[in-house]
Amino acid sequence: MGWLLFALVFWIAAWAFNEWLVRQKISNGASAKAINFAVPVIFGVTLLVIWESVCRGLDIPSILLPTPSTIWERILNSLPILWADFQQTFLKAVIAGYVLGCGSGFIVALLIDRSPFLQRGLLPLGNFVSALPIIGIAPIMVMWFGFDWQSKAAVVLIMTFFPMLVNTVQGLAASNTMERDLMGTYASSWWQTLTKLRLPAAAPFIFNALKINSTLALIGAIVAEFFGTPIVGMGFRISAEMGRMNTDMVWATIAVAALAGSTFYGVVALIERAVTFWHPSMRLSRT
Amino acid sequence: MQASTSKTIPVLTVIAVIVAIWYACVVWMNAPFEYDKAERAKTDPPNFSQLISNTMAQERPVLPAAHQVFAEIWDTTVNKNITSKRSLIYHSWITLSATLLGFLIGTVLGILLAVGIVHNRAMDRSVMPWVIASQTIPILAVAPMIIVTLNAVGLTGLIPKALISTYLSFFPVVVGMVKGLRSPDNSQLDLLHTWYASKSQIFWKLRWPSSMPFLFTSLKVAVAISLVGAIVGELPTGAVAGLGARLLAGSYYGQTIQIWSALFMAAALAAVLVMIVGFAHSYVLKRMGQKAEVY
Repeated sequence: MGWLLFALVFWIAAWAFNEWLVRQKISNGASAKAINFAVPVIFGVTLLVIWESVCRGLDIPSILLPTPSTIWERILNSLPILWADFQQTFLKAVIAGYVLGCGSGFIVALLIDRSPFLQRGLLPLGNFVSALPIIGIAPIMVMWFGFDWQSKAAVVLIMTFFPMLVNTVQGLAASNTMERDLMGTYASSWWQTLTKLRLPAAAPFIFNALKINSTLALIGAIVAEFFGTPIVGMGFRISAEMGRMNTDMVWATIAVAALAGSTFYGVVALIERAVTFWHPSMRLSRT
Repeated sequence: MQASTSKTIPVLTVIAVIVAIWYACVVWMNAPFEYDKAERAKTDPPNFSQLISNTMAQERPVLPAAHQVFAEIWDTTVNKNITSKRSLIYHSWITLSATLLGFLIGTVLGILLAVGIVHNRAMDRSVMPWVIASQTIPILAVAPMIIVTLNAVGLTGLIPKALISTYLSFFPVVVGMVKGLRSPDNSQLDLLHTWYASKSQIFWKLRWPSSMPFLFTSLKVAVAISLVGAIVGELPTGAVAGLGARLLAGSYYGQTIQIWSALFMAAALAAVLVMIVGFAHSYVLKRMGQKAEVY
């Protein structure tokens, strides 16, 4: 009962503190930034504290839901295993599939750029395929390419290909007629127009696809491992440890996956900020 | 009319090319097995026309031909009793019911959260970054654990799968609705202020209507992703029922035709769901007097 009360009190206090923080009128840039950073952090910490205290207060068995502290302990104790899984799933399957999928999507978009016929034919199909449960091809890929990371990379490749294709084609059409006419008056070739006008204009779209794909890639690789894998990998770890009822190990793997996914997304977002600094959505965030 | 014809022919051409490549791959990928068989039977390797007809009629091909897949779909949908466990319709319905329940809960939850975020600044600052961050987390990876945990608590069948769909589908709805509810510009809000409109009046008369296009765009993403959630949710339950279970059972026993037919069924389901949301989209926008977007 004491733990539950503590959770409630902590929650209310953190909520009130956040409410107070956002009402502060601060003109100083640095402290405003600090507040913007602190508010979500406090929210996250509150979630963890509530989780921990509810688990303890209600005596939830750790098989069902381990507390954050036991998960943290497990992470520290099994770093080598987690690292091996991370290597297998992320560094091999996800990166290879992501690079190949995004690269081939981009190249195909450039290839069909000169043919409006192919564009009209491929775009609706690409949009359609993006909505399909592509993850279902995982068993087929495992059958074709074996249990190792190549089959997972193939799943990731197919999952990331279509969002990239659709977004790049849309992005290449983003520059308006007047801008293209201007390039025409400069007597620039198709290639020059592409590199100097249309690719920069397409950059926000391309980065949008890269960001979508960064989350898709990790999901694809992990789920593909449910269908068969050597005895290493995040998906294998999750399903195997779940079978052994080692719930804290499952959560530890999930924590690693979440960290990897967020970092991946964050890196892409940082590159985007550096490349498309001119775009209005980036300019606004600076003020 | 002009627009539709100018799109149909290219799409059909591309589909025809894909089918042609598919059949070429069928011959190419299944051929080693035929040669192998001929060698073991100590007969002459099949000539080209025999090879083609043989590769398209294998029982467990590496890549089944399109007509084999459709024959299997026809066989398991029309020729089987709907209540039979061999019927694909039975399995599709199980997946579909979990998808729809999860989609419904996810949509309601997403809208409520978005309303809270738009009206409360503390919620905006604290919840919104986590909503965005949680999209980067591979939630599908958690699916097996949620299923097993809920099974241990006593929740089985439909609800755990639906919860995974909920979890997946509410994010796009939150993000889209927050954008949509914020889409009225200041002059419109000021106008309502001059009329001394209350907060709820502003919400129902301005914010809610102007968020509709955003809502439906998010719903299309949400319904597709909640189908994925339901299928993945069926994997760890030991392949009992549903399209995901068909995939898993097919992969265990090497029944490629069964995998492909389940895949095509899932694709058809996704297409129908997205289309229904699309029709609702254009109907609502038409009733609101806006021009329906062409897609």
